[in-house]
Amino acid sequence: MTGTTTETGATTDTRLEPATPVLEITDLKVVFPGSGRNPDITAVRGVSYRVHRGEVLGIVGESGSGKSVSSLAAMGLLPEYAKVSGSIRLHGEELLGLNDRAMSAKRGSAISMVFQDPLSGLTPVYTVGDQIAEAVRVHNPRISKAQAANRAVELLDLVGIPDPRQRYRAFPHEFSGGMRQRVMIAIAIANDPDVIICDEPTTALDVTIQAQILDVLKTARQETGAAIVMITHDLGVVAGFVDRVQVMYAGRLVEAGGVDDVYYRTRMPYTMGLLGSVPRLDEEEETALIPIRGTPPSLDALPPGCPFAPRCPLAVAACSESEPGLDPVGAEGHSAACIRSGEIEENAWTARDVYPVPKIPAERTAQGPREDRETVLAVEGLVKYHPLMKGAVFKRRVGTVYAVDGITFDIREGETLGLVGESGCGKSTTLMEILSLRAPQSGRVVVFGKEAGAVTAKERFKIRRDVQVVFQDPMSSLDPRMSVFEIIAEPLRTHGHPKALLRTRVNELLSLVGLEPAHAARYPQEFSGGQRQRIGIARALALEPRLLVLDEPVSALDVSIQAGVINLLDELKARLGLSYLFVAHDLSVVRHIADRVAVMYLGRIVEIGDVESIYQRPAHPYTQALLSAIPVPDPEKERARSHIVLRGDLPNPAAPPSGCGFRTRCQKFAVLDEAERTLCRDAHPELWSIGAGPADQAAACHYAQEREPW
Amino acid sequence: MSMPAERVADTAEAEGEEVRVPGRWSGVLYEVLRTPRVLFGAALLLALVIAAWVGPLLSPWDFAETDIIARREPPSAEHWFGTDSIGRDTFTQTMVGLQKSIIIGLLAAILTTAIAAVVGAFAGYFLGATDRVLMWITDLALVLPNFLILAILYPALRGKGWLVFVILLAALAWMVTAKMVRGMTISLKEREYVLAARYMGVSHHRIIFRHILPNMSSLLIVDATINVSAAIIAETSLSYFGFGVQPPDVSLGSLIADGSTQSLAFPWTFWFCTGLLVVLVMAVNLIGDGLRDALDPQSKRRS
Repeated sequence: MTGTTTETGATTDTRLEPATPVLEITDLKVVFPGSGRNPDITAVRGVSYRVHRGEVLGIVGESGSGKSVSSLAAMGLLPEYAKVSGSIRLHGEELLGLNDRAMSAKRGSAISMVFQDPLSGLTPVYTVGDQIAEAVRVHNPRISKAQAANRAVELLDLVGIPDPRQRYRAFPHEFSGGMRQRVMIAIAIANDPDVIICDEPTTALDVTIQAQILDVLKTARQETGAAIVMITHDLGVVAGFVDRVQVMYAGRLVEAGGVDDVYYRTRMPYTMGLLGSVPRLDEEEETALIPIRGTPPSLDALPPGCPFAPRCPLAVAACSESEPGLDPVGAEGHSAACIRSGEIEENAWTARDVYPVPKIPAERTAQGPREDRETVLAVEGLVKYHPLMKGAVFKRRVGTVYAVDGITFDIREGETLGLVGESGCGKSTTLMEILSLRAPQSGRVVVFGKEAGAVTAKERFKIRRDVQVVFQDPMSSLDPRMSVFEIIAEPLRTHGHPKALLRTRVNELLSLVGLEPAHAARYPQEFSGGQRQRIGIARALALEPRLLVLDEPVSALDVSIQAGVINLLDELKARLGLSYLFVAHDLSVVRHIADRVAVMYLGRIVEIGDVESIYQRPAHPYTQALLSAIPVPDPEKERARSHIVLRGDLPNPAAPPSGCGFRTRCQKFAVLDEAERTLCRDAHPELWSIGAGPADQAAACHYAQEREPW
Repeated sequence: MSMPAERVADTAEAEGEEVRVPGRWSGVLYEVLRTPRVLFGAALLLALVIAAWVGPLLSPWDFAETDIIARREPPSAEHWFGTDSIGRDTFTQTMVGLQKSIIIGLLAAILTTAIAAVVGAFAGYFLGATDRVLMWITDLALVLPNFLILAILYPALRGKGWLVFVILLAALAWMVTAKMVRGMTISLKEREYVLAARYMGVSHHRIIFRHILPNMSSLLIVDATINVSAAIIAETSLSYFGFGVQPPDVSLGSLIADGSTQSLAFPWTFWFCTGLLVVLVMAVNLIGDGLRDALDPQSKRRS
């Protein structure tokens, strides 16, 4: 088997088209029969594609578009009641209809998968090393345990886990998300597969880690020569990484082609909408994002005609007559499923011509100079250390996790501060410390002029009215047992809102966030992610807070939905004069929404300043690396950019490096000479003002130097 | 979807187009009433209750009365369920026994689950010292043999009536569920909606009763339904120690215990009371099953 594939790989160079694609899917249909009286759900409705050796194919689409289901079908991982038809061929061999035992022999050896959620992909009760070794031994039962363990260490090393031999014995929960995903990739490539299907492999990860994971995947492709099918919703990731891209909507391909054709000569309004709804890091102008109105259709009762027609700004009567086929347009290999694609081509329409651009009202508060506005939140030298305990009976302290190590910032009225950093840098801990309104271990948290540690329980309860929070996961932040009305009414009830006015207020809030009063009686799980997040925002706004703390509020949403929520947040801020503390790992979103940015690393702020300065002239090497790691949804720019890919992970916050915490990964440190390095090793850099005159930018680096990231 | 709330309120609502939003409990009640299983189970339970309390009044025989000429008689027009070895009317006996068992079974089950829920939820939510104290008590109750506890309590509780007995039954059975509840609480309290409630100033007790316990209602309801039959059976064995139902008073448990020795020769002494126990447990299970679905917004939309 391996012999033939190598041959095929060798012939690729001489012939343009190798004889058989590694993976070929033809007219795939997946139907989930409804139980009882429920209608059948057609998740995939005729998808065809092929990937060749060493090729990277991107499949983009919103959640529910069938992109994951089609790949699960290829892996034979769909539940047994799913009806799959069409053809799935691996090296020309039909996979559909193989029994589970035969499929198991292929899964993980010839075809493997990297899942989105690296936590649920790993068994929590086994060490990561054992899980990789198991993947090796399952397909090669003759390998001894020791050999498999060695191979696992090798793989851990290959995917960039530091101290692989030691980390072999670590349990999944001891790993960060990025490291878990590396382990998942290690498992996927353990047996040199021919196809690796990556289902949103970087969605849950930070940008610098995403850059690393993409690098690891590139390495994996080089090492194994495998074809990669990259399923994602992130148009930036796809732009730089794939050769061809396909856009899926409502279980079908709606546009496919070379990556440049699809991005620059878009012929399908849905693809345009997707591209228009992404906040851009590389564009300075502040305009509202373009959300696609509505939500994807439910797949149990699709109306005849184009499934996108109800959301499409270009829809005409003919659109609802019959579903357009995927017809070739423009360049070779480029095809789109839209009856007006010819018109789009003639007029050279782009998203901004096609979609109505929403208007965001101007800021209500007269934006006086920053110094004159009231300080809403001031954090001074905030410290949060977690003790590390050991021993069952007699606990003793063996170390300290420096989660938040003395950070200082303030937020003025009507201002948005974006707090960015990788996971584990302490941004969530900072939030929780602020929200708990208790005395921090050291330092001060001052909310509306009141020091959090020095207030009585009654005062604290009062402050809670003014500080509200929106969480990341719209699924788990709403109690599934409560109706939307109860959820939004809860803060009102808690703070003694008059009972008679409850309903009016809830309806008011629902319409404020763009939902209907009729939604109040439903339960959270009947809503889509974006709508749930709106419910969460409505709950947070119920008490008319002045400061809204947003913990990654849009990171769990699809781009087109995300655009709507970001616009909503923009609008609410302008209308209600709110201040936001916006925690996010997505720097493009932060650029769009924030006035000032604080970049955190290892419990400290390494750079802080206004958005323009930080994004145009980042001074700290870490900020530069962060900005460089973000993929831009623009294939040419993306290919022309040179990414700074940071080495390794966040250092263990229990044993931070001496001096500057970033020096272990710093690209600047690497080029300094020994004498200069001594300073980095010995002295912790404080924040100092960068730039000319009163510029609002400060960085904590001994050798800070402004640099253009683009 | 036809949902309760989407009906336009036709009552004294000022605005005609105002959508009626049911309160939390009325919404649940509506769902409960829409679930056929609950209605059937409730009807069955109601029928049993009526039979248990009205039956003895209709029977020509008194509870303690013995028919000396009819001993171990099979069912007849005179004795509907036959008679037992000393000539008592099995029908009257069974119905009186059913009264006791319904009261003891239902009350003990609800009390057991309630104790378990409260202890487990508080231990899991507060952790720390609360957890250590509560779990120490739980472990102690778990490892001490029931027999020992009974031996100690026997002199104090003898002849104190069925309410004390119900409490005793509950006190012997709550521990394992409490441990389960504690474990679930620990994971539930990390959910963001609990954090959200905390950061909006909701008190800890309210969080436990509004967010934590409702979210494990499936577990609690299943536990309570199982406890009904367990309590009825446990009552029998405790009766040996002189608690609760003492002869000449009867319960389903004691009737089954008596009847089981002669179930082959004189089946009516065994099968009627056993059958009623099965029907009772089934009614409770139907109610519990339906209630679980009605309380869970996720499951009910799918059915």
